[in-house]
Amino acid sequence: MAEYQNIFTRIQVTGPAYPGVPLPATDSARKYTPTHVHLFGRLGDAQVGPLYLGATGIASIICGTVAFVIIGLVMLDSVGWNLVQFVRQLPWLALEPPAPSTGLKFPPLNQGGWWIIAGFFLSLSVLLWWVRTYRRALSLGMGTHVAWAFAAALWLFFVVGFFRPLAMGSWSEAVPFGIFPHLDWTAALSIRHGNLFYNPFHALSIVFLYGSTLLFAMHGATILALGRFGGEREIELAIDRGTAAERGGLFWRWTMGFNASFESIHRWAWWFAVLCPLTGGIGILLTGTVVDNWHAWAVQHHFAPSYPAASFNALPDPVYGVAR
Amino acid sequence: MSLVAKATLGAGALIGGLLLLTTFERPPVDTVQVGFRGLGAEQVYNPRTERAVLAANQLPELVPAVPAVGPRAGQIYQNVQVLGDVPVASFARTMAAITNWVSPEQGCNYCHNPDNMASDEKYTKVVSRRMLQMTARINADWKSHVADTGVTCYTCHRGQPVPTYAWARNDIPQRPSGLAGGQYGQNLATPAINQTSLPYDPFTPYLMNSAEIRVATPAPRVAPVRPGTKDTEYTYALMVHMSQALGVNCTYCHNSRAFYSWEESPPQRSNAWHGVRMVRDINNNFIQPLQPVFAQHPAGLPEGPVAARVGIHGDPLKVNCATCHQGAYKPLLGQQMLAQYPELNAVTRIDAPPPVRQ
Repeated sequence: MAEYQNIFTRIQVTGPAYPGVPLPATDSARKYTPTHVHLFGRLGDAQVGPLYLGATGIASIICGTVAFVIIGLVMLDSVGWNLVQFVRQLPWLALEPPAPSTGLKFPPLNQGGWWIIAGFFLSLSVLLWWVRTYRRALSLGMGTHVAWAFAAALWLFFVVGFFRPLAMGSWSEAVPFGIFPHLDWTAALSIRHGNLFYNPFHALSIVFLYGSTLLFAMHGATILALGRFGGEREIELAIDRGTAAERGGLFWRWTMGFNASFESIHRWAWWFAVLCPLTGGIGILLTGTVVDNWHAWAVQHHFAPSYPAASFNALPDPVYGVAR
Repeated sequence: MSLVAKATLGAGALIGGLLLLTTFERPPVDTVQVGFRGLGAEQVYNPRTERAVLAANQLPELVPAVPAVGPRAGQIYQNVQVLGDVPVASFARTMAAITNWVSPEQGCNYCHNPDNMASDEKYTKVVSRRMLQMTARINADWKSHVADTGVTCYTCHRGQPVPTYAWARNDIPQRPSGLAGGQYGQNLATPAINQTSLPYDPFTPYLMNSAEIRVATPAPRVAPVRPGTKDTEYTYALMVHMSQALGVNCTYCHNSRAFYSWEESPPQRSNAWHGVRMVRDINNNFIQPLQPVFAQHPAGLPEGPVAARVGIHGDPLKVNCATCHQGAYKPLLGQQMLAQYPELNAVTRIDAPPPVRQ
């Protein structure tokens, strides 16, 4: 009975490897002989390869490696080239953007110059990878939905690392490359601007973030639950909705009076996922450029309540002698 | 998967889970509301850790009081520069108390040459005199922070010649050829800021210099003077230190939904504001002037105890919130010692610039 209630894929496909559809004459050929890995088959498709990197893929990996190596070497230098300390403190280490006094100038290499160079190569790398996802989709005759979803993520990436620092007039506003340091940056940005939770675009972003997880859970659960009726086999469902699709739809109609279709559920999920970084990026771009203190802004616009100072026994601001 | 492998995995997960559990504080905890309802404006107390705090904050035995009569110490003894107005019996009691508080193991000779008590040949006596002036200054001019509870030598020293909690500049010297010169003083694990990757010396800018701590503008719109995110990280580091030093949450001084707002802050925030100014006064006017003295004795007296008196840059060990508070919301949990030792307020000649309250 537990046949379909398993965290792994129970069916291992074995057979001749599929080389993929023919490529246009302008594309170089896919590389390497395909092979099958049993463990991969437990999690997804057992076939590995053939691989197509192309010019953009190779350039993207080279640029990404350059950025990665620069970041790593600066981190290593910050602990005096001590490998033990490098491993121990790795989560703390970072390549920091330039100091506030630098503005938008190019500082000496060890005063943030390396940050600009690493950021340049990382940007180039993700943009080239975007081109690759776009062109691979066209080559397969697909829509470009994956590329545009990736572009939504890149929008937020470039807002925090490029557009907002540009608008603020200082590279120092950008995110450091580091594990804990980029989290500290997040907390500091929020505190500096009166709590980002009062930024309505941040709120929208969270709606779409949590909404995405909810939709993913609903959709994933529905399809897995229909597995015993062959609900995951899309080819058959395209011809005839069959009992699996009917049951899935009926379940949600019974549960909440409305159900998405087998196609539209993916539209819902795609838009929720894409709108998460799109709205978030707008919120970050407005922070410090248009609105300096989101809490004060929210209170002013009756978006957030204010509370009586007496309930905190609050004393006046000692600088001005009045509560503010 | 074989049964043995499954059993091993299960046992591993169980043991790992139990080990993880030991890193948590056991419930139940007490919470006390300190602000408007529904904002999480509360302090959390764990009765079990509170017991340890209570045990660590017991007052020392009281040195029996003596009648404040008789001639003044300055009339009887030589070279009594700041306690000259105190009657001799009270003076002797004060010396006994200071010995108990600061150098119980080393005794009088930690500061005095037993053959010539008036001599300033031991540097520790010079330091003690300055510290007496400092104590009197705090109790007279910083009531906005210490109220009538006041401080004594014991508040910081707790029976140790060098207070347990102190700081010195820890910035790494700039290496002109290094790749990582511009780290903006952060991104190394440091205990003083609770092992965060925030700036590891928030004390020099805020507790020596008078850098602006507040970074948020109270107005919604963009202001002309704009501290940046990196400035906020410095402030954040100082606040982490305060929270650690007092053993309290952010909510002790702030409504955490709007850290900047004075209207929604508990009164402790005002007290802390004055405390920061007090510590600047202490460090700049009482500790830093002793720098040449400490620099000549970087590890203390030849006869010990051996402990650093200066940091890696040769600056003296200075005061931060932890120096007095030592993990308690009020030093010694607010128990008053000063009232039993009024001689400490009779110090004369507090030669320091007036306190700065801005």
